[in-house]
Amino acid sequence: MKQFITFVRKEFAHVLRDRKTLLILFGMPIMQILIFGFALTNEVKNSAIVVIDYAQDEASQKLISRIEASRYFEVNKLSTDHHQIEESFKAGKVKLALIFPQNFYTDLMHQNKAQIQIITDATDPNTANTLTNYVTAIIQDYQSDLNQSASLPYRIIPETKMLYNPQLKSVHGFVPGVMALVLMLVCVMMTAVSIVREKEMGTMEILLVSPFKPLLVILSKAVPYLILSLINVASILCLSVFVLDLPVNGSLLLLFAESTLFIITCLTIGIFISVRTGSQQVAMLISLMGMMLPTILFSGFMFPIENMPKVLQLVTNIVPAKWYYIIVKLIMIKGLGFSAIWKETLILASMTLFLLIVSLKNFKIRLA
Amino acid sequence: MHAVKLNNLTKVYGKEKSVAVDNVSLTVEKGELFGLIGPDGAGKTSIFRMLTTLLLPDGGSAIVDGYDIVKDYAYIRSTVGYMPGKFSLYPDLTVEENLSFFATVFGTTIEENYHLIKDIYIQIEKFKHRRAGKLSGGMKQKLALCCALIHKPTVLFLDEPTTGVDPVSRKEFWEMLKRLKQQGITIMVSTPYMDEATLCDRIALIDQGKILSIETPENITRSYPDKLYAVKAENMYALLKTMESYEHAASSYAFGEYAHVSFREAISEDTVKRYLQDSGLSGVELRPIDATIEDCFINLLKK
Repeated sequence: MKQFITFVRKEFAHVLRDRKTLLILFGMPIMQILIFGFALTNEVKNSAIVVIDYAQDEASQKLISRIEASRYFEVNKLSTDHHQIEESFKAGKVKLALIFPQNFYTDLMHQNKAQIQIITDATDPNTANTLTNYVTAIIQDYQSDLNQSASLPYRIIPETKMLYNPQLKSVHGFVPGVMALVLMLVCVMMTAVSIVREKEMGTMEILLVSPFKPLLVILSKAVPYLILSLINVASILCLSVFVLDLPVNGSLLLLFAESTLFIITCLTIGIFISVRTGSQQVAMLISLMGMMLPTILFSGFMFPIENMPKVLQLVTNIVPAKWYYIIVKLIMIKGLGFSAIWKETLILASMTLFLLIVSLKNFKIRLA
Repeated sequence: MHAVKLNNLTKVYGKEKSVAVDNVSLTVEKGELFGLIGPDGAGKTSIFRMLTTLLLPDGGSAIVDGYDIVKDYAYIRSTVGYMPGKFSLYPDLTVEENLSFFATVFGTTIEENYHLIKDIYIQIEKFKHRRAGKLSGGMKQKLALCCALIHKPTVLFLDEPTTGVDPVSRKEFWEMLKRLKQQGITIMVSTPYMDEATLCDRIALIDQGKILSIETPENITRSYPDKLYAVKAENMYALLKTMESYEHAASSYAFGEYAHVSFREAISEDTVKRYLQDSGLSGVELRPIDATIEDCFINLLKK
């Protein structure tokens, strides 16, 4: 036991004395959370639009002021020359143009219908779609306000409610995703590299020719990274609660327990890679290509799994991060308890067990 | 009982079946300082790795300290000391941390066996808070030796401990080995430096996985078959060329600033000198010398 503690302490010294490792370990998660949280979002905020108002009447003014009030748009140009529209689009200055025809209000009042033209820059179809939806929503809003006074016989007013994420904030999806990504990277790569480093430096030779059990070498390598990763989970959660305003709706204890399980899964993958490889570069490459990419592509946090072809959907099942991502989402955002995630937990646990057995089977007590 | 006993030990690598260690048999007595002498690629490291249970032999067997290297590997791992050829300590830990780490791994403390390493450790103690990666080559070797010794091993395996170490540190290192030997520790050491061979009790000359000879260094040099001469001339290249074509010369090769030459039959020094001068060489010097280990090695290789 004393040997084990000494070994763990030595492992901590390795990590804490290497500035680069420290930077990767703690700098990267914070950077990723901040980048994903603030810079890379699907939300469309403050888009520049042009409004051309040929009507200049009560209705058009009201609508324009509503649009101006929304934080999605910046109405920066009120010109009355529609030739300028294309110029602005070409210059890339505006994303959307809104055109009110003459007699907008009179048409609306007397013919019971009026037209508005919405032109969007569909170079980026997602943005164009989102913006159109926003504008339509504002127009409909205005319409229903108008209809309140007039009495129409039949009306269906759909009342939509965005559950768990009423403001459609994208951080809701990113925080669990980044957690999976960071843990995957830190645990898999760090453990694999640190074990392989011992092989490469030749210290493994001395450790093998000692009464210290080879299995304990591996275990004592895993313990420090388990602890450091839990610190990472804590810091990511702090950032998401205090900086990104994303509260943890479910049980914090359950979230940490599931995170520990996922960390152990990652550690066993790291150990498996280290058992099979002989150099730090190879270990690093396999961890990056073999683990990072599938995590980003197949865990569901960047690209919805439902949209993938059936074959790829099957592939996603063997990506541990996918299950962890589901678990974190359910706990953090939906606030559900263990009964809702026991299936995913079971899958993760059996993956871990399988990997552990395979890596122990492959572990060599000799050099070759 | 022998400390180490190899019985037709064989190691074959890879698909092309290159034989690294070829039917090696030898014994090392208790308390002996035994040298494995041979060039790079002779199979020294493979032998050491098999004896320290790091590699499985492909043929033959070996006993270390009474234990079989395959069956009883766990026993061997807790009793022997091993210092690999490459510097194998943690460069980011300090001298003291390295030593106490290895002491703990072997289930002991620095204090318990301090007497064993005292002579050596005292030389590096003033750097004990320095990181091992920042030590000089000689210091690193001393630290590695301390780490290999800290658990009071019965047999110490040192794989090329002096490679890449300056001549002064090399000399010191061998003096330390002598002192360890006096404490009753069996030491098996490998080296590519022939001049270090004379410092061992017995040596095995090894090349391409095969043992050429196992003897005390004195007996090896004494058993050199021919009379050996050191020859020098102003133009060494021409001298070597001339010697090659000399009908009486059995062998000739450059050796430092001299050429070492032996002859097929007894021949007077004057005859040789005259021949060389007639061949247009000036400043010719010739004197009989005792064979060194290297001469013996070269001689054995020719066979």
